[in-house]
Amino acid sequence: MRHIISVLMENEPGALSRVVGLFSQRNFNIESLTVAPTEDETLSRLTVTTIGDDRVVEQITKQLNKLIDVVKVVDLTEGDHLERELMMIKMKANNGTVRAEIKRTADIFRGTIIDVTPNTFTVQLVGSSSKLDAFIEALGTSNIMEVVRSGVSGIARGEKILAL
Amino acid sequence: MELLSGAEMVVRALRDEGVKYIYGYPGGALLHVYDAIFTQDDVEHILVRHEQAATHMADAYARATGKAGVALVTSGPGATNAVTGIATAYMDSIPMVVITGQVMSHLIGEDAFQETDMIGISRPVVKHSFSVQSPEEIPSIIKKAFHIAESGRPGPVVVDIPKDMTTPTERYEYEYPKSVKMRSYNPILKGHTGQIKKAVDMLLAAKRPVIYTGGGVIMGEASEQLTELAQELGYPVTNTLMGLGGYPGTDKQFIGMLGMHGSYEANMAMHHSDLILAVGARFDDRVTNGTDKFCPTAKIVHVDIDPASISKTIKADVPIVGPAQAVLKEMLEQVQSSKKEPCADSLKAWWEQIDEWRARHGGRYKTDDTELMKPQHVIEMLSKVTNGDAYVCSDVGQHQMFAAQYYKFNKPNRWINSGGLGTMGFGLPAAMGVKLNFPEEEVVCVTGEGSIQMNIQELSTISQYDIPVKVICLNNQSLGMVRQWQDMNYESRHSQSYMKSLPDFMALVESYGHVGIKVERYEDLEGAMREAFAMKDRMVFMDIAVDPFEHVYPMQVPRGSMRDMWLSKTERT
Repeated sequence: MRHIISVLMENEPGALSRVVGLFSQRNFNIESLTVAPTEDETLSRLTVTTIGDDRVVEQITKQLNKLIDVVKVVDLTEGDHLERELMMIKMKANNGTVRAEIKRTADIFRGTIIDVTPNTFTVQLVGSSSKLDAFIEALGTSNIMEVVRSGVSGIARGEKILAL
Repeated sequence: MELLSGAEMVVRALRDEGVKYIYGYPGGALLHVYDAIFTQDDVEHILVRHEQAATHMADAYARATGKAGVALVTSGPGATNAVTGIATAYMDSIPMVVITGQVMSHLIGEDAFQETDMIGISRPVVKHSFSVQSPEEIPSIIKKAFHIAESGRPGPVVVDIPKDMTTPTERYEYEYPKSVKMRSYNPILKGHTGQIKKAVDMLLAAKRPVIYTGGGVIMGEASEQLTELAQELGYPVTNTLMGLGGYPGTDKQFIGMLGMHGSYEANMAMHHSDLILAVGARFDDRVTNGTDKFCPTAKIVHVDIDPASISKTIKADVPIVGPAQAVLKEMLEQVQSSKKEPCADSLKAWWEQIDEWRARHGGRYKTDDTELMKPQHVIEMLSKVTNGDAYVCSDVGQHQMFAAQYYKFNKPNRWINSGGLGTMGFGLPAAMGVKLNFPEEEVVCVTGEGSIQMNIQELSTISQYDIPVKVICLNNQSLGMVRQWQDMNYESRHSQSYMKSLPDFMALVESYGHVGIKVERYEDLEGAMREAFAMKDRMVFMDIAVDPFEHVYPMQVPRGSMRDMWLSKTERT
């Protein structure tokens, strides 16, 4: 099963490599990974999506908690949560039909065209990973020139927070 | 406040931490630190002949005392040579602080001379590591390093210090912190009372209980609490390889080591038990054998300071996270205050069953199939000659298993071996590290002619510092454990498992100024061993010729259950 694990950790040099190293060392899988400092610049928030059975995911959270730089760990998929991923997708758009089709599909998915040239469109889309997958599928791969995805960020719904 | 250079701070911080010996090897990146060592007398430096030995010495000191040992190695090859020793300590959860030199900060990343990314290389085998970014951080980093190494589930910590952090002319205010506070690291200090209650209820209701304990009882200083609890309950106790000495080896409730080369009775008792109380043990593959067939009728109570050890390989029915000592103490209190008692009839029947198993195998080995000396016999003799009271530091292989099976450890911290990583070459430097710190105690290295050659250069360090350890080399002229597996699984095709051109160990040790004793016959063994131990202030190397065809038994059948064992070359359960 897919899990979104959020990690609050010291914003120290080497902290990220300990997390990534742990995954490869213990043969855990990483689907996506995002990391950036929080409003408190001494802390970083890392989100990792992984696939594994309950035993594996339990090990992942326990092993992450063991890292000295890690302050808190939560498996967001255990409760109600929101997940978002940002994608920028550059497509061939060199005739009117294609341009109209891309524009229409982007509108349906509530995407934004953020760059236009005579031959290309770049669309920005925000949503769950499956929504981004669906967008790619809807457009077909033949016109796609480049895809860049941010990886998943997640947050719990309601009053539940991951903080110090 | 006193002004010190970074180099002086390193040494002063070690002194303030109460460190008496550091084990190391100098080099370019550490020259400032070595100069600071030269100008003081509080911390004594032991110069090894290879950095791996420095880490094993520090590690063995920690295993014998529970306090972190300290190794000091230079950048590049010094650091990489230390990696095996760090991994050895990591696998057995041994507290250690390893200070590594690093090239000047401005050269890092430029492939400078003797540069290596030690933080990166050591990352998978350390509990934590620090890279010093400014000299003022040195006291607090060293304090944190010791705190992290020794608390919670112990482990090795690397402190990487670029040379320019130790410049003698740059001085800073020095103050060694009295305590450490880290928001991201707060080891648990006691177990959950409700969980302990649940465990105690199950313990008292059990009909076929086994107490299975590991290195956590040794490093957690909980052997007294374990012994009290086990004797209060009257339940059988088995120890892992790392846990030997946690419960008195000669007590009738002790049923021996368990696992791949565990005793017949311990493995049978585990398989048939209805309740396993596991304390400070991690259900590793050398204990459980096939996990799908592991102890089918047993409920499992698992006490460990590391939550990640619980339900990692075997699901625990009652997990208890906490230090072994505190949890066992609370368990004992609850058992004593409980209105319930263990069922006497069930326990009597259980012990009758265990005694029947004991009688069936009981650590017997064949003596009539050869004229040659049996390695088991040598260990039994060692146990007799040293009254089961020596620090036994082992290398890795058949001799290690024989030592674990036939030396009767009545005290904790006296069996010192590389259990998790299985590091050949560990034994001799380990014995040196213990002897240096316990000069009045008997310290023995049990080894083989294979393992001993992996750190034999340390005979020179022994000469330099007069460290009179005794080496018992079970010489079977082959890599015995490899050979045993080849006998059992590869139709005796002994690929690379025999040692041609062994040195004349007598001449070799004598060239370093030590005493060599060669023993080839049973009748000479006891006399020779007593003679060796009578030489209190000499290092004695006993080269003992043993049967090269001997195997270690029992041996679990791969991927079987705990009870599936070979009991001899011809007999299977």
